[in-house]
Amino acid sequence: MTSAALHSSAALAPSHTPFGGLRWALARDLRVAVRSKGELGVQLLFYIIVVSLFPLAVAPDRPLLAALGPGVLWVAALLASLLSLPRLFAGDFADGTLEQVVLSPYPLPALVSGKIAAHWLTTGLPISALAPLLGAQYGLEEAPRYVLAAALLIGTPVLSLLGAIGAALTLGLRGSGSLLALLILPLYVPVLIFGAGAVEAVRGGLAATPHLSLLAACLLLALVGAPFAAASAVRIALD
Amino acid sequence: MNFFHYASPATFYPLAGRIARACAIAAAVLTAGGLYLAFVVAPSDATQGEAYRIIFIHVPTAWMAMFLYLVMAFWSALALGFNTRLSAMMAQALAPTGALMAFLALWTGAFWGRPTWGTYWAWDARMTSTLILLFLYLGVIALRHAIVDPRRADRACAVLALVGAVNVPIIYFSVRWWNTLHQGSTVSLTAAPKMAATMLAGMLVMTLAAWCYAIAVSLTRARGIMLERESGAAWTRLAVGTA
Amino acid sequence: MTDFFAMGGYAWYVWMSYGAVALVILVESLAVRARLRRAADAARTAAAAPSAPAARFQPATGDS
Repeated sequence: MTSAALHSSAALAPSHTPFGGLRWALARDLRVAVRSKGELGVQLLFYIIVVSLFPLAVAPDRPLLAALGPGVLWVAALLASLLSLPRLFAGDFADGTLEQVVLSPYPLPALVSGKIAAHWLTTGLPISALAPLLGAQYGLEEAPRYVLAAALLIGTPVLSLLGAIGAALTLGLRGSGSLLALLILPLYVPVLIFGAGAVEAVRGGLAATPHLSLLAACLLLALVGAPFAAASAVRIALD
Repeated sequence: MNFFHYASPATFYPLAGRIARACAIAAAVLTAGGLYLAFVVAPSDATQGEAYRIIFIHVPTAWMAMFLYLVMAFWSALALGFNTRLSAMMAQALAPTGALMAFLALWTGAFWGRPTWGTYWAWDARMTSTLILLFLYLGVIALRHAIVDPRRADRACAVLALVGAVNVPIIYFSVRWWNTLHQGSTVSLTAAPKMAATMLAGMLVMTLAAWCYAIAVSLTRARGIMLERESGAAWTRLAVGTA
Repeated sequence: MTDFFAMGGYAWYVWMSYGAVALVILVESLAVRARLRRAADAARTAAAAPSAPAARFQPATGDS
């Protein structure tokens, strides 16, 4: 109803298709992210530091580290994702932009998808590229490192998608960081199991295809469901 | 029968009281019968001796933890779909009971595992999934406490409960996958001693008792929630006068 | 009788399990009933003290 009114007054108004909304939100969030490159760099640094902590805590024993490596690299990716999630909505919520975004004629799930895509491009994608390099620290051979990168590429979008639901549910709450972790980490368990399992399978000489297929299935399910759940969570938080 | 007649806290409050009382009595009777079956009638097990008797509380609590989450998700779906306060209050009332059931399932499972497997905690699929289920419950409860506005809390917890419900089968499957990959043919607590008829009867009676207990306790909690949240409404004063 | 409590040597495990269940049932039932009683008392005091706006409502007289 409102978009009809807008169209009559603004002759050159773009059609507010879902894909248009996604593109708009993606472009905007990427622009915002590029302006705070420092924040992104800090996230990656966090990942590197956490990954480096485990050998210090355990022992520089090569076989042990190689066994631990896939798990550690994945858990650190989960934690890095958790740390970066508040950024998804909190900034816009604080200065009132989020309310304007929700009021726009674009479908909210499309806008949320755009934001999630931008989040993944600035968090999950760099980690997927970085992790194989850090895999060398754990003595992982070449094949497991490739599979690690592939698994992270499929899995980190799921982390962003599910995390967006949690970030929207905990918008503006005190202690939202730890609460977000409590809400989201149980949901991350399948991604962790399939993702780390893929690398372990290749280390053991088996194929990683079952694990990667299951990861892809999780991704498809998340792609279909999470934007709508996150959109309704955003509306709930704003009411 | 007009279902929406009881969708108002005012009409549901007295009904909930009656149901809770009936279920409490049923729970007491069924528990007495179940315990009799468990300790007097059921024979001792060949391999596990007397330790297997824990099954009569482990299985009911584990099932209840699972079922209560589904019931909570059902009320959450109604709350989101019909925007009814009472459905949300029912979901709110179920979460603590479900969490306690999950905790008891883990506790009894640990004390059953020690004499049978030699360790209090073996990362078997069922126990690990129940642990994650406990985390899901605690998440819903924590979110409820974190949000001040009751209606926002209702809707947020409903979304969270539904997202959790969708994920529970996926989590269970992934944990079983992980478990079988790493331990091969595992000893599972579900591979319980071959069920003598009396053992099965005892388990069923105790499960029914657990259901009745859960209904009684959650409905009583729901009544408390109703009075707290509707404290401005006139029906509350009438209801407590006659309660 | 002592044989029953001994549970064939597994007394610790059996009674820790059943004991925990009994404790939780007791504590939860009492807590839930206490909550209801507290809420009912609060509602009763609210009924006694006419602090609600409805009780204070005075219909407007003819002049506006």
